[in-house]
Amino acid sequence: MKWLAILLLALAAPAFADSNQPPAPLANVQLKDPAKEAQAQALMLTLRCVVCQGQSIADSNAEMAGDMRSLVRTRIAAGESSQSIRDWLIARYGDYVSYDPPLSATTAPLWIAPLALLAIGAWLARASFKRRRSS
Amino acid sequence: MTRPLIWVPFLGAIALFAVIAWGLFRPADRVIHSALVGQKLPAFTLPPIVPGKPGLSTAAFATGKPRLLNVFASWCIPCIAEAPQLLKLQQAGVEIDAVAIRDTPAAIADFLARNGDPYRAIGDDQASAVQLALGSAGVPETFVIDGQGRIVQQHVGDIREEEVPGLIAAVRNAR
Repeated sequence: MKWLAILLLALAAPAFADSNQPPAPLANVQLKDPAKEAQAQALMLTLRCVVCQGQSIADSNAEMAGDMRSLVRTRIAAGESSQSIRDWLIARYGDYVSYDPPLSATTAPLWIAPLALLAIGAWLARASFKRRRSS
Repeated sequence: MTRPLIWVPFLGAIALFAVIAWGLFRPADRVIHSALVGQKLPAFTLPPIVPGKPGLSTAAFATGKPRLLNVFASWCIPCIAEAPQLLKLQQAGVEIDAVAIRDTPAAIADFLARNGDPYRAIGDDQASAVQLALGSAGVPETFVIDGQGRIVQQHVGDIREEEVPGLIAAVRNAR
C-alpha cells in the first residue's frame, strides 16, 4: 500500500494554472510579412509578461503571454505603430509592463545615476592626475 | 585626502547594506493593479458562453445601478474557493456579471452546477482580449463598476469571507 502510494505520487503530474484551450491564433505563429514580424518581435521583447514577471512576453510560455503576443501581432498586422500598442498596455498595466522605462519622477534616478557616476569619476581622475603632476 | 572624507566609503557601504536589508525584510508588492481604476470601462462585446444566460457588453454597465464584474475561469482553483462568497454577495442584492477566460460551454456549465451560479450574465473571452483591455493580470479578479460604467475598485485574487462586507459597502457607495 505504501509503495503504491509512492508510485502514484511519482506518476502525479504537476497542476498548471492553465486552461485546456488552444493558444490564441497568433501566439506562436509568425506574421507572413517578415518586416512586420520583426517589428512585432522587437516590441514583444520589451513587454513584460504580467504572469511570470521576470520574463518578456517573447520568452514566456504562460498562456497570458501567448494572448499578449497574439494581441501585439494582430495590431501590428493591422498597421498600428509599436509605440501606440505600448501606450495601450501602459494605460492598463502601468509603466511596469514596459521594459523600456519612460523618463518620469520615479525613473529619473535610472537615467541620472550613470551620468552622476561618470561626473564623480571624472572629478576623482582629475584630482589624482593633478596630484601626480605636482609631486 | 582630508580626514572626514576617509569615512565616505565606509558610510556608503553601510547605506548599501541598509538598502539591501530593507529590500530583504520588506519584499516589494508584486500584485499588478489595473491602471484603469477611476476610469470608464473599456468598450467590449462578448458572446454568451452557456445557453440561457446572456453574453456581456459595455452597454450593460452604464445603467445607473452599480455592479460587480468578475473575471473567472472553470480551470481556476481559487475561483472555486471564491464561489461561496460571490453567492453571499448575490444574496445581499449585488448584481454580478462575469467574463469567462479561455473556457468551454460544458466546463462552465459544470462549474456553475458544482459551485453555484451567482451571475446575471457571462461573456465568453477566448483570447483573454477583454481581460487585457481591463488591465487584469489573472483569475480571479473582481471589479466594482459604478452606475455610470466607471471602474471604482479592483479586487485581485479570490474574495475571502471577511472581505464580503467591504465589497457590499463598495457597491452601495458606487453610485
